[in-house]
Formats: sequence, structure tokens, C-alpha cells
Amino acid sequence: MTKRVLQQLGHDPRTLALLFISPALLMTILKYVYWSNPDLFQRVAGSMLGVFPMLVMFLITSVATLRERTSGTLERLMISPLGKAEFIAGYAIAFGIASLVQATAVSTYAIWVLGLKIAGSQFVLIYTAILDALIGLAIGLAVSTFAKTEFQAIQFMPAILLPQLLLSGLLVPRESMPRLLTDISNYLPLSYAIDATKKVISNQGSIVNDSWIIALFLVLLLTAGSLTLKRKTK
Amino acid sequence: MSLAISCSQLNVVRGKNHILHDLNLEVPRGAIMGLLGPSGSGKTTLMRAIVGLQKIQSGAIEVLGQPAASKPLREVIGYSTQSASVYSDLTCIENIRYFSALYAHNEKSPEEILEEVDLTRNSHQMANSLSGGERARLALATTLVGSPELLVLDEPTVGLDPVLRVQLWKLFYQLAAQGKTLLISSHVMDEADSCNSLVLLRNGRTLAQGTPAELREQTKQKRMDDVFIALIGEE
Repeated sequence: MTKRVLQQLGHDPRTLALLFISPALLMTILKYVYWSNPDLFQRVAGSMLGVFPMLVMFLITSVATLRERTSGTLERLMISPLGKAEFIAGYAIAFGIASLVQATAVSTYAIWVLGLKIAGSQFVLIYTAILDALIGLAIGLAVSTFAKTEFQAIQFMPAILLPQLLLSGLLVPRESMPRLLTDISNYLPLSYAIDATKKVISNQGSIVNDSWIIALFLVLLLTAGSLTLKRKTK
Repeated sequence: MSLAISCSQLNVVRGKNHILHDLNLEVPRGAIMGLLGPSGSGKTTLMRAIVGLQKIQSGAIEVLGQPAASKPLREVIGYSTQSASVYSDLTCIENIRYFSALYAHNEKSPEEILEEVDLTRNSHQMANSLSGGERARLALATTLVGSPELLVLDEPTVGLDPVLRVQLWKLFYQLAAQGKTLLISSHVMDEADSCNSLVLLRNGRTLAQGTPAELREQTKQKRMDDVFIALIGEE
């Protein structure tokens, strides 16, 4: 299953190129946008390292699963002995590997070429980037059930992902928002992903708690995703 | 004679539409059963119910001696939908290798399966660059992974020219000779003569069931189209 998804990616060099080049390009633009304020670049770019894999994985997961549904291959799989959990795990592992490579490449580029300084370890940063990617994947999988067309699937990004992004502490520290928004952000997985990334960048605080909370969200979202895969239709 | 499929008093309702009405169907093992009827007559719904993808309201379906949709059946049923359900961004051999890997036991290797459907030359060709006939054969190939005893093929010859249709039917006979049961739907009546047993479906009801010769006898008609029209008249 994992091998098949990676083979499909391998046959699609354009997607692969976009997967690696576009985040690097965005980081470069960010560097020059904040040219007059390098401190701001340090703060924003670090968090962006967690945001890219999440956005990308959300999009490719929701489109890939939708494609399985519309092309009839999902039905083909549902009459085979393949379990639903195996299906989801297959995608999670394949895209997890893709995001590992992406996070490694983009963080290396940001640190060595763009001069991004991180106080914590790059390995931990890559680890948090993979967690972020898996959140994107899990949300993408869950919403793909509610989308009937690719158009709808793409529209779920502004509808579901961007509000989380705004509240996640990427723009302002979460504590400085009105109380209600801070409370809401406490229940959103992305908040913890961004928190963890920030902690690694500044090397302040432990990310163990954030990791557990994210893991819990992942289990919930992936379970929801597998419940929405139905062998039989009404 | 043991049965590959038996449906009794089958009712399927999708939304507000009552699609199958008290449908009865018996398919003996080893048969090439043609499921014929105009579009919208419920052929696809019936096939989906048999392979376990469609919820049924009432009635019973038994497939190879077990209730439809039961777990052990997943190892022994091959099903192809109207549109070829293959990964268009994989090569032929990658498609078949992947589907094979889902099964605990494969009676044929992926290479043997491609050989059987005459796609060996196209092994490393991407599925999205195949011609219509090649794509139809690849779709058939995906139903041959595992160790299928029953093949449910939804309009496998639709949109193909006569030469390709004849090729595919040769393959169907080969597969039946290996002891497999085939249930093949079509809305092209002249394919009916290739089947050794027929069921005619109309508005979700069985109009008639029998061998092509029996149905001709019953209606005193020669052409299959006329047989069908005569049967509708009788109703």
C-alpha cells in the first residue's frame, strides 16, 4: 500500500518538484520580504517550516483520497481483503515519508542558505514538521469524505485549515488574543503543532506534552477518517 | 448443481428510488451468465449487491455458499466496474502487483495475469496511455488477482469495436474453462448469444431467465433484440 502510493508519486515528477521547490521558494521570498526586519524573519520562518508540510499534506491527501473514490479504485479495494486501517496507515506512512524528506530538505535549505537560526536541534524540528504533516493528512482524510468533487475538497482549505492557522499563534502569541479565541485555539490541533515548532526554534520548554496532545488528535482524526470509509453504500 | 449466486426476493432502495423489486436469480457454478437489460434497469445495482458493496433492504443473497459481503468472500470474488478501476498513474505491472499484494493467496503471478490478458508487451506502459481495448483488458486483469472463483464484470465490452469484443469473449471462455463463474452485464443484445445462460432485467425486475435457445423458443423470435421486445410485450 505504502509502496504503491510512493510509486505513484515517483511517476509524477512535477508533483515531486512542487513538493520540494515551492516551500523553499516561499522561504526565500519570506527572507526578502522581511529584509529590513531580520528578527521577524527568524520568528515567522521557523513557524512556517511547520505550516508548509501541513498545508501540502492536507491538499494531496484530500485530493488523493477523493481520486480513489471517484476513479472506483476505492471500491475495488473495499471488495478486497484490505482492511480500512491498513488503507489509512498506508497513506499515512507514504505521505509521512514524503513529509520527512520535504521537512529535511526545506529546513536544511532555510538554515544553511537563508541563515535561519534555530536554538534547538534540527532533528527535533524535522520531527515536529512530520507531526504537522500528519495533522494535515488526518484532516485531509477526514474532510475528503464530505467532498464530492475536487473543487469542494480544495475549498475545505480556507474553510477548515485557514481559521486554525489564524488562531494557531502564527500571527500573534495565542495568549494575547481575546479570551474566547484563546479558548477555542486550545481545542485545535494546529495550535499545539505551532507551539511545538516555536519551542524548538527558541529551544525553550519541552515539546513532550505537545507531542502527546498532537498524537491524541491524530488518533481521533484518523479513527474518524476510517469510520467514514464504508464498504457498503446505501 | 451447486450455485455460485442465488438471490431471493431481493429489494434494493436507494434514496427515494426503488431499484430492485423482489428479484430472484440463480447462477450455477461454471456458468457464463449474461445480465442484460436497458440502462437504468438495475444491472449495476444488482452486481454491487452481489459483490457486497450495496446495502439491501430485504431478501437474501448467497454467493458461493455464503451470505453476500461476508469476509471470506473477499478472497474469491473479482469485480470490475464500468469505468476501469485502475491507477492511471501506475504502469500495468505495478497495478497488478499492487492488487495482488492485497490477497493472501494468488493463484497466478502478476506476469502470468498480464500474459493471460495479452498485455505483456505493455507491462511497463502507464495505464493512462493505454488504448481503450488495452484498458479494458487491464481492468479485467485486476479481477484475476487473488484466487477468484466468481468474476462479476460490469459492461466489460462497452464502447469497444467488434474485433476487441470477440477477443474479450475468447478470454471469458478461457476463464470459464478454468472453472470460474462469470456474471457479465451488457446492454448490447447481440452479446447474449455468447452466454450460456441469460437473465433479462427491466425496471429492477427479472423479465426472463434461460439459455438463449430457450428464450428464442419461448418468444418464437430469431434476433435477440426481438426476443427482448417480445418479452416486454408479454409483460
